[in-house]
Amino acid sequence: MESILAQAKKVAEEAEVFTVSSEETPVHFETNRLKHIQSKQSSSVALRIIKQGKIGYATSTRLDDRQGLVNNAVATAEFGTEARFELPSLTSYPQIDVYDPDVESVAIEKMTKLGQEVIDTITNHTPGILCDGGVTKAVITASIINTRGGQVSYKQSIFGFGVEGQLIRDTDMLFVGESQSSCHPLLEPESVTEVVLRQLELAKENAVVSSQQMPVIFTPNGVASGLIAPLMAGFNGKAVLEGASPIGGKLGEQVFDKKLCLWDDPTIGYRPGSRPCDDEGVPSQRTPLITEGTVANFLYDLQTAALAGTKSTGSGRRSRGGLPTPSPSTFVITPGDTSFDELVQDIKEGLVVEQLMGATQGNVLGGDFSGNVLLGFKIENGKIVGRVKNTMVSGNIYHLLAQIAGIGSDARWVGGMLNTPSICCSSASVASK
Amino acid sequence: MTYIEAVEHQLAEALKGHNADYIEARLEENRSSHIAYRGRQLESIGKTTSVGGNVRALVKGGWGFVSFNDLGELPDKVELAVKQAQLVGNEESKLALTEPVVEVVEIPETAKNPAVIPLAEKKQLLDEYNDAIWKTPRIQTSTINYIDNNKRTIFLDSSGSHITQERADIALRLVAVAAKDGEVQQVGVSVGSRDDFNAMLGLHSKAEEIAQRAVELLSAPQIKGGEYTVVLDPVLAGVFVHEAFGHLSESDFVYENDRMREIMTLGKMFGSAHLNVVDTATLPGLRGSYKYDDEGMLAKKTYLIKEGKLVGRLHSRETAAKMNEEPTGNARAIDYRHPPIVRMTNTYIEPGSASFEDVIGDIKEGVYAKNWYGGVTSMEMFTFSAGEAYMIRNGKIAEIIRPVVLTGNVFNTLKNIDAIGNDLDMNQGGGCGKGGQAPLPCSNGSPHIRIQRCLLGGK
Repeated sequence: MESILAQAKKVAEEAEVFTVSSEETPVHFETNRLKHIQSKQSSSVALRIIKQGKIGYATSTRLDDRQGLVNNAVATAEFGTEARFELPSLTSYPQIDVYDPDVESVAIEKMTKLGQEVIDTITNHTPGILCDGGVTKAVITASIINTRGGQVSYKQSIFGFGVEGQLIRDTDMLFVGESQSSCHPLLEPESVTEVVLRQLELAKENAVVSSQQMPVIFTPNGVASGLIAPLMAGFNGKAVLEGASPIGGKLGEQVFDKKLCLWDDPTIGYRPGSRPCDDEGVPSQRTPLITEGTVANFLYDLQTAALAGTKSTGSGRRSRGGLPTPSPSTFVITPGDTSFDELVQDIKEGLVVEQLMGATQGNVLGGDFSGNVLLGFKIENGKIVGRVKNTMVSGNIYHLLAQIAGIGSDARWVGGMLNTPSICCSSASVASK
Repeated sequence: MTYIEAVEHQLAEALKGHNADYIEARLEENRSSHIAYRGRQLESIGKTTSVGGNVRALVKGGWGFVSFNDLGELPDKVELAVKQAQLVGNEESKLALTEPVVEVVEIPETAKNPAVIPLAEKKQLLDEYNDAIWKTPRIQTSTINYIDNNKRTIFLDSSGSHITQERADIALRLVAVAAKDGEVQQVGVSVGSRDDFNAMLGLHSKAEEIAQRAVELLSAPQIKGGEYTVVLDPVLAGVFVHEAFGHLSESDFVYENDRMREIMTLGKMFGSAHLNVVDTATLPGLRGSYKYDDEGMLAKKTYLIKEGKLVGRLHSRETAAKMNEEPTGNARAIDYRHPPIVRMTNTYIEPGSASFEDVIGDIKEGVYAKNWYGGVTSMEMFTFSAGEAYMIRNGKIAEIIRPVVLTGNVFNTLKNIDAIGNDLDMNQGGGCGKGGQAPLPCSNGSPHIRIQRCLLGGK
């Protein structure tokens, strides 16, 4: 790393080298059986330079190809954007624990046993169901150094497992599923099977819902599949800077229902979305985004923050080999004090959405979502009466989340990057045939 | 000599002499450049090179897979893949057979390979498109994403195959965003090409058009959710056939699933007699095309639906053998980090005889949906979304409406296609995602089609 930096320093005013390497071991199950064991080693290096005030950028999977990397970065700097930021010169960072050595030492046999236990529990509950699933362990090392003396390196462990079940009767297909991840080994199959068995119980009966506006409860999985992508787009500092975020001009204004509080939080110990700093070496911080319905902050990386005349929130992430760009780390929605059952009790006719398919393929930036209810249930007179099909739920999150009937006390982790309770929206558009 | 050519013979040797039913390896070298704009500003420009490979082993029906960037100690990596496969396997391996192939497939010389075009020329073109978008007043921002890559792959297997293939892939998406009073609307266009940069040229008027459309959408009404007669343009109909039916014909969803095998019995009627659906990687110049797939199988043209009847499906070597059907050469991996899985290539509905006027002429009230945002399927149910939409009133295209999301059930929606146009067009934009591998270069296409009783989301 140091030698790449030294070489870059010869031709540019400033430079930064970011490397990430990972070892990942996934085991895959298909149709209720172990099918595949994999081992994936990967490494990459990204060089960002500032030459004559402009940003140049190149990445490679070969750490030994110093000259090629520097040449490519110089070639792009000619056309690059004007750099408006200073690289951080920090060498000490907040202590955020994201590495547990126990993850690496989980034996493959133990992983295959865990996967098989999950699948056996589900197939015993519902004979005929076919499950695909996976158990994965990974260790990632990220390092950054720059010409201003900044230096940081950290290791992260990730353990994840999940299952998807498919039950076919005639041409009717029911899909259930759940996944969990952590920086600790997750060895209790119940954390996944309990969710799936509950989905299967609720889906035993079918129900028909009418086409009209009605209250809709998004479960934690439902929030993840329907509502989160538009929120992430709206709080992106880049969209705000361009004037393309519907809430960009509304900092300090109440836009959402007072019950809603949202944080971006990369500082929670042992979570896959946590880290001591972002991908350009800015220390992690806990950023309130919505405080009692009021827009409190947006997410920024160094360059976007400089252009917007504000400070980076430590949200610069690199995806698919690109330059850092503002991205959420972990979204946390504060739970309310109403139980899920109480939310259901209050509804005469409504819908529970557990999985929305294709919800984020519309005008996400504008806050719109519209999706087919892949897994959802009808509420009739305060009770869940069965599973709905051939039904779409649509709306705009800025309208929907302005009128929240209730927020559940049932907050939990969904996948790796979101902690949310159930959210009951007073009225959403439901179309069914 | 390239990095991967330096080790290919060593790796070929390392595949021999193991206690495995089959071993294959891929080596890959990839050079890519990207340019991105947000608004007037260039956001990112960069160059990427990657070198990597993988080994996949089959032992008694179980698979082991090892991927790596580090090209050292290749025999150990083969050993590890075999060991993993041994841990999994407990039945008989089944794999469609093929004669070993030794061949080098290069990019045709007629194509304008993006790898040899200077960055300055690419950037100049994108600047022009961005200017074209910004000509329209009330445009709030724009995004432009351009990416090209040039990939050299060496495929080796334990039966002696040794196939070197070079290909390029180019993708461009232009998006215009309009905003007013907290409302944000966007319209985009995607183009792509295999090997030929010329396909990126001449989009200036298209860029202007999307900007005007985005501004128009700000004052467009939203449709009421419900069932409508819907006409899809070739681009969206291509996305429809990909989502609504294409994924269902991928045999890895079917081969070990008895209920799915029953549902997907060949000969079953899926549509009316005028419906023909094809997948083929053999058409030159299309993004989904190739000569050999990532298991070294020769690409071919496969009819999925002929005269409304299910007649074929897409296979890897394993699914073909397990279903006792002919292999089709559809095993694809997005890169060396992933094993190949069954994927579509270029999928389309064959043209019928109806003119566009025939298709919309007798619709009293309906929706004309054009262009795409995306699509997704759960096999039985699917949704896909239009980038633009208009009402059809008394057989004529009428007012613009907000983009719509369409949903359906494969077992009746295909049967509800009651008119197929004569104007087949292939869409080269976008890419397909499956099993964590996205975006895979694919193309899809169709003529204009009319669907009765299609469910639309709305207010």
